[in-house]
Amino acid sequence: MALTGMDIYKMLPKKNCKECGFPTCLAFAMKLAQGGVEAEKCPYMSEEVKQKLSDATAPLMKTVKFGYGEKTYTLGGETVLFRHEKTFVNRNRFAVMFSDVMSEEDINGRIEHMNKVSYVRINERMYVEIAAVKCESDNKEKFLGLLKKVKDECKDAVPMIITENAEIAKAAVEEVKDLGPILYGANDQNYEEMVNIAKQYNILLGVEANNLEELYKLVEKIHALGYKELILGTKAVSAKKAFEDVVNIRRTALITQDRVFGYPAAVFVNRLSKDKFLQLSYATVFVEKYASIIVLDDIDYSIALPLFALRQNIYTDPQRPMRVEQGIYRIGQAEENSPVLVTVDFALTYFIVSGEVERSKVPSWVLVPDAGGYSVLTAWAAGKLSGKSIAKAVKDFGVEEKVKTREIIIPGKVAVLKSDIEDALPGWKVVVGSEEAALLPKFLRDYISKRA
Amino acid sequence: MAYKNPQQKFQGKIKEVVLGEGLKLGGESVLPFYSFDGDIGNTPKVGMEVWDIPPVDWPEGLMNIIKDVADDPAKWAKFYTEKYNPDFITLRFIGANPDTLNRSPEECAEIAKKVAKNVDVPLVIAGCDSNEKNARIFTKVAEALPNKNYAFLSAVEGNYKEVGAAVGLAYGNLVVAESSVDLNLAKQLNILLTQLGVKPERMLMNPGVSSVGYGFEYVITTLDRIKLAALEQNDTILQVPIIMPVSFETWKVKESVASKEDAPEWGDREERGIAMEVSTAVGVLTAGANAVILRHPRSLDVVRGFINEMVN
Repeated sequence: MALTGMDIYKMLPKKNCKECGFPTCLAFAMKLAQGGVEAEKCPYMSEEVKQKLSDATAPLMKTVKFGYGEKTYTLGGETVLFRHEKTFVNRNRFAVMFSDVMSEEDINGRIEHMNKVSYVRINERMYVEIAAVKCESDNKEKFLGLLKKVKDECKDAVPMIITENAEIAKAAVEEVKDLGPILYGANDQNYEEMVNIAKQYNILLGVEANNLEELYKLVEKIHALGYKELILGTKAVSAKKAFEDVVNIRRTALITQDRVFGYPAAVFVNRLSKDKFLQLSYATVFVEKYASIIVLDDIDYSIALPLFALRQNIYTDPQRPMRVEQGIYRIGQAEENSPVLVTVDFALTYFIVSGEVERSKVPSWVLVPDAGGYSVLTAWAAGKLSGKSIAKAVKDFGVEEKVKTREIIIPGKVAVLKSDIEDALPGWKVVVGSEEAALLPKFLRDYISKRA
Repeated sequence: MAYKNPQQKFQGKIKEVVLGEGLKLGGESVLPFYSFDGDIGNTPKVGMEVWDIPPVDWPEGLMNIIKDVADDPAKWAKFYTEKYNPDFITLRFIGANPDTLNRSPEECAEIAKKVAKNVDVPLVIAGCDSNEKNARIFTKVAEALPNKNYAFLSAVEGNYKEVGAAVGLAYGNLVVAESSVDLNLAKQLNILLTQLGVKPERMLMNPGVSSVGYGFEYVITTLDRIKLAALEQNDTILQVPIIMPVSFETWKVKESVASKEDAPEWGDREERGIAMEVSTAVGVLTAGANAVILRHPRSLDVVRGFINEMVN
């Protein structure tokens, strides 16, 4: 249970020495209770009290790591159940499932899809981060063969080794130890050996039980062995039960404030259905609530496009809206005589505008100046979208070299900027566009036919 | 220490609203699909989109399915209800747009009457791009189909008086209050409609939807906040079931529109479109939508399968 400021105050030396940077011990205690300062800041606290406090004030949900080098990923560390309460912190990661009893053809097909899915969406490269490799043959050599193949052919993915056989687990981890793999499969029978392997290689350990009651006891036993780099899962095979389990793991951590479940959760949506769109449905649910590793049978573009986009949205910090990179974007086969439109770098606005321009089928250029990441009206009100910022973008991105036209179309809502922009951009004429993005297709078609 | 399930129990409850003769929406007193916490109310409902004019840019597979019925909305609706058994049909007046047929409200009412006669599921009437024209269309359609409990999508800030008075007060149908992705705007419009005299049991709301990837975080956060206000804080103004026209948004984004030539590596367009529609629909159902409108029969099948798995 979390300690209150008063609980902590009682344990402090009450010297009011100010060496912690706070005016009084009480002020320090209050801040400590909120997690705003480390217990170590107090130089006069006994070791025993320090330990007690750092346990009590540790985050409710642990942040764990897997992977290596640039491909090191953090999971967990969440503090809220709803993103508007603060923000979600560590995005979930997606995994594709491989098994050593699958056909060669099936395996190759999944590898091909994984390698194909690689693209950039609003400054983030999208790809499948994890290859889940499961031992079902109970044959060590066969399993290691598959693991090697996946390691060699899925260069982007970190392996997640899935087995409950500790001997096979050890050999598998040894095989890919440089990649910071996840070892998934600690259960009530094997947990001591599995914890030893995880400890030896310092890797993330997946703990699984039939249900939450058994999982709870199992995690307590693993805690007793002193290992806390964990990710949790249950063997639920119905979507309803899997959802209940994942929601309750998160709620136990954040509402009950019981750190036994203060870990991220893994969910295998490929166990819940074999249908690709139903797997997509369940994966959607678990991106929103509350899984950290989501395993599917296969991820091709049709599955990746909605899922990665959804994840990017859900994990956006509500206090920091997504921004697109400033620049001049070419829509369709735009050439030197195509229209030039200006919008802002607020990702949502850019997406809507570029979508409508695409829908119009009029090849165009969309200029995105530095508008502070705000929407059109907000950017204008804040002085971020101005003649100056637009003129700067025209210059910085070499618009005058790219196009022959000297007309620039601005959002109808900021028609007042017309003369400001024309002053800042000698030789250019400002055309006031439609007030709503939805009316852009009609506007552009009219604009083109009028010009012709 | 033994494990004990945590719960989120609430004071509030979403109102139960009847669409048509007996299609019940809402009624839950817990978060979506949290049957482990309490009563999830009525199973979320799924409807299909029918247009008053034949669509031109729908994906090939779907165009093939509807090719014999697309020029007659009454036939089309009947074909859907017989073949796919949706909970309701959404009749959308694309032909009323000035840049298509610029259909008159009277013509729309005639079409709606024919469709209503031909199907035994409730209708959800959706308008065109002009809010001002929608007020006139809805008035005529509601007048032609009085006391049917059909839902009209939507009353917005600019036309709520006309729509509320005609649809909700004069002709006994349901008003859908539509706002743009903001809890306070949603609340304000519900209050305005209530002050006009529309009873909360005769209202649905659409607090704004977009496709996954397109500001969807605002959609989810608005839904989260509305449901928490309704349930946790017992805010009666927001205890109105939510209906979302998912397909209106998802089929116009790049991922669903780009042809194989535009994006060769993306694969089949129809698959992508279904995936965007399914993911968006499931995404809003998980955050609190009580009904969704879909376009593709395959999406209907998947989303309905999903709902069944989550509630049964």
